[in-house]
Amino acid sequence: MSNTATQVSVPVAVMATFAVLALLPVFLSDWIVFLLALALAKGAVVLGVVLLLRGGLISFGHALYYAVGAYTVGFLANRFGIGEALIAVPLAIVISGLLAAVLGFLLTRFRGIYFAMLSLAFSMIVYTVLIKFYDLSGGTDGLSVRGFSLAGVAPVHSGLVKYYLVLVLTAAAAYIGARFLASPLGYLMQAVRYNEIRIEYLGASASHAILASYIISGAISGVGGALVAFLVGQVSPELAYWVASGDFVFVAVLGGTGSVFAPWIGSVVFELVKNYAVKFSPGTWQLTLGVFLLLVIYFQPQGLWGLLTRWRAEPR
Amino acid sequence: MTTPMIEVDNVSRAFDMLRAVDDVSLSVGEGETVGIIGTNGSGKTTLLNLITGYLQPTSGRILFRGSDITGLGPRRVTTLGVARSFQVPQLYTGLTVLDNLLIAIAAHSGRTADFWTPMHRRDALVRAQDLAARFGLSERGTAEVRSLPEGARKVLDVVLSVILEPKVLLMDEPTSGVSARDKFSVMDMLMPTLRERRVTTIFVEHDMEIIERYAERAVAFDAGRIIADGPVAGVLAIAEVRRAVLGES
Repeated sequence: MSNTATQVSVPVAVMATFAVLALLPVFLSDWIVFLLALALAKGAVVLGVVLLLRGGLISFGHALYYAVGAYTVGFLANRFGIGEALIAVPLAIVISGLLAAVLGFLLTRFRGIYFAMLSLAFSMIVYTVLIKFYDLSGGTDGLSVRGFSLAGVAPVHSGLVKYYLVLVLTAAAAYIGARFLASPLGYLMQAVRYNEIRIEYLGASASHAILASYIISGAISGVGGALVAFLVGQVSPELAYWVASGDFVFVAVLGGTGSVFAPWIGSVVFELVKNYAVKFSPGTWQLTLGVFLLLVIYFQPQGLWGLLTRWRAEPR
Repeated sequence: MTTPMIEVDNVSRAFDMLRAVDDVSLSVGEGETVGIIGTNGSGKTTLLNLITGYLQPTSGRILFRGSDITGLGPRRVTTLGVARSFQVPQLYTGLTVLDNLLIAIAAHSGRTADFWTPMHRRDALVRAQDLAARFGLSERGTAEVRSLPEGARKVLDVVLSVILEPKVLLMDEPTSGVSARDKFSVMDMLMPTLRERRVTTIFVEHDMEIIERYAERAVAFDAGRIIADGPVAGVLAIAEVRRAVLGES
């Protein structure tokens, strides 16, 4: 396939995918549309993890930003009666981004297992705060999210409106992610993975690159959390728990890091496999998921996205 | 009298009991091409690491155009205009040759914080392709660096430094790993560009043919000290240099 043909086919494929996703509610039952919306929303958090993975940094604490985004929505709705998505989502982005700036400043000094463990520690601190500060966070009960509205309108079919909100914000996150990955900063993050000495000897800063990427990653992850809060209608401390962070890393590996779309492919497949695993083997669904990931890593080390690129690379 | 580009003023660097660089003083003027010679472990690479801020001196100071740069790290020293290449090429091995060049171009133009415009934008890409062509890398432009032969990696390592348009370029064994057939062509590609830009060039080299052909001045190291400094032919004629550096009995 010629380069020109490939360049043309990518945006066409993306637009076709979103067109199909937009039409799905017409053909599918409500629960699977909900499941899909949930997967797409969580895909934004996985994208946040992938942006750092490209630099060789594994964040085992990204559920922190997922929870902060969700609690921003929960807090506004529960304490102030504001369920307006056009207020809550931007606020979730700002708060997640600011928190990422503060924590990122501390994290940029660390690499490898130390980065992973410190990010995990931060998320567990937030988890504990959410449990202990009952008056603020609702403790283990969490907060209910009521009164969803979009542009001042409380829709009758809120599930459908939320689905399209998720779809639009997914497209926006994917677009920002794609710009990031193709940008000098995106490439510098890859360079961090290979050679920090050379970065410094080019007069650039690996730490600054990591910090900027971490802030973008945290803000995008906050969007995912905010959307999940609207979809589920409830936020709880488990959103910040290490298991949630582990799931995001799991999905990032499952989808692969080769494309901005990989996180969503991984997320949708993960939610589907998880749901059907719970349905057909309720006592051993984690085992099913584990075996599934092992198979993917063994046969497709570049993740599910690698399957697509291999298919595209086949001579035809 | 013009201010030297680089002044190393009574610099020493010790690693525990070993004095890798021992009370070294060196002054290099604008546009000079200096070859540093010496056996392995004589302190040549340590001197380059000291000048570029990778190591800090135990004592003494380092000046760049009269300003004290002692204690500054590699990033700061590089942004001032002192670039370097390495004995073991320091590259982004999982990326392509063009991506390596484009990252250096982005760094030089201060675009490394840019997360919105594409790195492969037309003007940068044209420049990267031009550089690849000029230094014999164009056929390997889309190859991952890890797949390159050692000689091509060395060339790319040097080109990354040249992209920064430095005022001073330090090269650590630029032709080691390059085949005997290609070593002169590599230097022939490189040196005219540096002379044209009046770049002060200091290179460490074991190959005396390279030193004789491309350096104006030679500085001989032995056991962390400078034992001779002057025009190449004169330095290579000194008995102590022939014994300590060239291994003649």
